[in-house]
Amino acid sequence: MANTITAPHAEGAHQLAGDHAHGEHIVLPQHRHHFETEEQQREAGSFGMWLFLLTEIMFFGGMFFAYLLYRNWYYDAFVAASNTLVIGWGALNTVILITSGFCMAVGVWAAEVRNKKMLVLMLWLTTIFGIAFLGVKAIEYTEKFEAHHVPGASFNVKEFVNPPIDAKTGKPNDKPLAPDMAQRTQIYFFLYFAMTGMHALHMIIGIGILFWLIARANRGEFSAGYVAPIENFGLYWHFVDIVWLFLFPLLYLINRHPLAH
Amino acid sequence: MSDHHDATNVINPEHSEHHIVTPFQYTLVFGTLLLFTGITVGAAYVDLGVLNPIVALGIACFKAVVVILFFMHVKYQSKLVKMTVAAGFFTFIVLITMTLTDYMSRAWGLW
Repeated sequence: MANTITAPHAEGAHQLAGDHAHGEHIVLPQHRHHFETEEQQREAGSFGMWLFLLTEIMFFGGMFFAYLLYRNWYYDAFVAASNTLVIGWGALNTVILITSGFCMAVGVWAAEVRNKKMLVLMLWLTTIFGIAFLGVKAIEYTEKFEAHHVPGASFNVKEFVNPPIDAKTGKPNDKPLAPDMAQRTQIYFFLYFAMTGMHALHMIIGIGILFWLIARANRGEFSAGYVAPIENFGLYWHFVDIVWLFLFPLLYLINRHPLAH
Repeated sequence: MSDHHDATNVINPEHSEHHIVTPFQYTLVFGTLLLFTGITVGAAYVDLGVLNPIVALGIACFKAVVVILFFMHVKYQSKLVKMTVAAGFFTFIVLITMTLTDYMSRAWGLW
């Protein structure tokens, strides 16, 4: 067979089918005529999805860079501001998101083995855990609004200039900051809201797409061998997971023990 | 894909065999991710000095690699996709290095 398609692709009567050296090859209706093989089409799809994800790496990368730079410049402010976040919420959300990603991965498997019931169930679980993540995030955002830790006109540096006294030790629970450094905590919180906000926006878009995929999966569109949309959405969802895997340590964890030094 | 010899790559030019990762493998990955989430939270409460961010980011990188290789199937993809993923992270490192070089060689500490 020459490396060109000599016959137009026709559903049902695929003239190249005989050239494939094994009997298992099934020509699916979604196989577009400009792809020589099903594998090539699949490969092109994943390649395109990964190219999109590369642009996403650069998009989030800019914010990660800003964090890196300002953390070095205003280290003390970043330590104090980071300590106002509750590790428990962040850890809980990490577990929720990993679970959601796991359900998505099992969903891809269910589509591949053509198990419609399992696929729909897994897509629902992915959605529910995604919404739970956003719920926890909403609780955390509310706490920040109530504490006046949202950058802007109503931002309050009181807690950073005069850290509250710990009842047990009788000492301030954090190192007091000079007023100018205390103002820099706004940069931390700006990055906190920008990064987690963009991450949350990606999740909201993802949940929207999930509802659409669930409706299509219910019609059996992905349980007859055509799994590309599920697979590529899985890539997106796991990418959003990975962003959080870095946000969690950077925003919540690495600035602990302010009193140790 | 096929058993027969395909030296000229006509039938499957990308060598992208369709590999199905089993739920058992996914469960192992899931367990690993949860375990390392626990470790990274625990490590945050231990004062390791300069090592704290290094440990936290090291664990995050490890978890990200596990997700990319198994949940995102990169381990079973063609060389083209593997190269694409690697190129993305390489370009990100270039972004960081070049921008940081600029900042550090100008007014570092004089803001």
